[in-house]
Amino acid sequence: MTAELYDAAIVATAKATAEAERLPAPDVTVEEDNPLCGDRITLDLAFADGRVAAVGHKTRGCLLTRAAAVVLARHAVGADPAELRRAIASLRALLAGEAGTPEWPELSMFEPVRAVASRHDCVLLPFRALEVALDRRERERP
Amino acid sequence: MTAAPPPASASDGLDLGALRSEFPIFTARGPRFHYLDSAATGQICRAAAEALLAYETRGRANVKRGVYRLADEATQAFERARAEIAAYLGAREAREVVITSGTTHALNIAAHCLCARLRAGDEILLSLAEHHSNIVPWQLAGERVGAVIRAIPLDREGRLDLDRLGELVSRRTKVIAVTHCSNVTGAVTDIGRVREAAQSVGAVLVVDGAQRVPHGPVDVQALGCDLYAFSGHKLFAATGAGALWIRRELAEELPPFLGGGEMIRRVAIEGSTFAAPPHRFEAGTPPIGPALALGAAAAWLAGLDWPAIHAHEMALAGRLLAGLRTIRGIRPIGPEGLQARTPLVSFVVDGVHPHDVCQLLDERGVCTRGGHHCAQPLHEALGLEASTRASLALYNDEADVDALLEGLEDVVRRLA
Repeated sequence: MTAELYDAAIVATAKATAEAERLPAPDVTVEEDNPLCGDRITLDLAFADGRVAAVGHKTRGCLLTRAAAVVLARHAVGADPAELRRAIASLRALLAGEAGTPEWPELSMFEPVRAVASRHDCVLLPFRALEVALDRRERERP
Repeated sequence: MTAAPPPASASDGLDLGALRSEFPIFTARGPRFHYLDSAATGQICRAAAEALLAYETRGRANVKRGVYRLADEATQAFERARAEIAAYLGAREAREVVITSGTTHALNIAAHCLCARLRAGDEILLSLAEHHSNIVPWQLAGERVGAVIRAIPLDREGRLDLDRLGELVSRRTKVIAVTHCSNVTGAVTDIGRVREAAQSVGAVLVVDGAQRVPHGPVDVQALGCDLYAFSGHKLFAATGAGALWIRRELAEELPPFLGGGEMIRRVAIEGSTFAAPPHRFEAGTPPIGPALALGAAAAWLAGLDWPAIHAHEMALAGRLLAGLRTIRGIRPIGPEGLQARTPLVSFVVDGVHPHDVCQLLDERGVCTRGGHHCAQPLHEALGLEASTRASLALYNDEADVDALLEGLEDVVRRLA
């Protein structure tokens, strides 16, 4: 079970966080912590025409958190808030073992995490930040 | 506790097999179980488990209430447990021991009751090595009266830099609350030096003993502190009970913390008066079964050969430290040697997150802890976000240490 958490796809994806950068002029910035371990993501979103135009992030965390941040950054560009919220919900459903296909197929790489409840928050941290960012954006620009 | 150099053999003078057999989990989980997280929770010893089961199945009744025989037996057992805990702590008398739910509860009692006597501008001195349980209660209680929180910094080994006490302690200092042993570095605090500083200004000295009590009986009178807190589950008893020792003269002066049944002398709608310590601080039904387990554990532990156990623990810690230093990319944090430390070693694996380290070690049955260990200020002071911790106890053996070291070599090979 543990070995699957560290398969080549997750490890390789996590390593891509080294190339991640913050946005120079984001519309929304959110900082979220995982209180259990102190891991932290700072997530920047820039919007254009109601869709995400650019994503930036600085992620300090374990392989699972970093891989999740990379997947989020890859797929969020071009998505509207509705699609982003579907992606968040589908990731939660995947971890909870509910039937269905994730909004972004690449999220399936986190299926092995389903069996390790203590690591769900690691995967969810970037998506929790995304959810806070969307809520804030909606409050500021209803 | 000042550690002596380890003996040539870890098992000199100690029947480790017999000792391990007193902890049922090792029989239950078999040989491929290497428990190195005793700083979080110690495994329950047989004496504690049997006391808990006996109470819950054959002696269960509330305490300090009923007059029927079963209730009277429960009350007597509860007070015997208090006395056994008091003896383990070297207290003058059992009534100095307050039964709590654990260290956090105990330190919240300390903070609430002591801060009630403070005024705006008074200072509470903590240290950067504290567990959050010895920081947040002081912030919450201190804020209500306008008290100022200050902190003793760390030296380069991660010990409290007690050379700074002179500049940090003044007439404004009313409370000093420090850890007896760090839950991250294992460093043992020189409480004697802190006591001298506290006494020089009449400050109350609170000691968080959670990480010290599993390594042998304590002498609170010799330490010279005023309050001493610890958890039963770290002393190889059940979760749910701990203790706060309060020097009798101080306890008499302090107000209650929680209100409710058991802690009163008389209640009227116009106002209430309160029971004498320790009952003043024990509102509601206490954790009776866990307290009996704690008393049983304390009594059993008090009869062990602690010089031999100490030598055994420190020999294992030395083996662990030496082994860690041979693995590329691993940096132990905290004291370099074995003097004045507990058998606990935290470390960083370069380029690998502690949770990933712990997850991979779990494949080999090695249980370690990764994260900030509820000590974020300490990690920040050391320039870290998190670390991996291996904490040893009396029941560990060389196979546990070697399994960890082999696992870490694999972690480095796979992820670093």
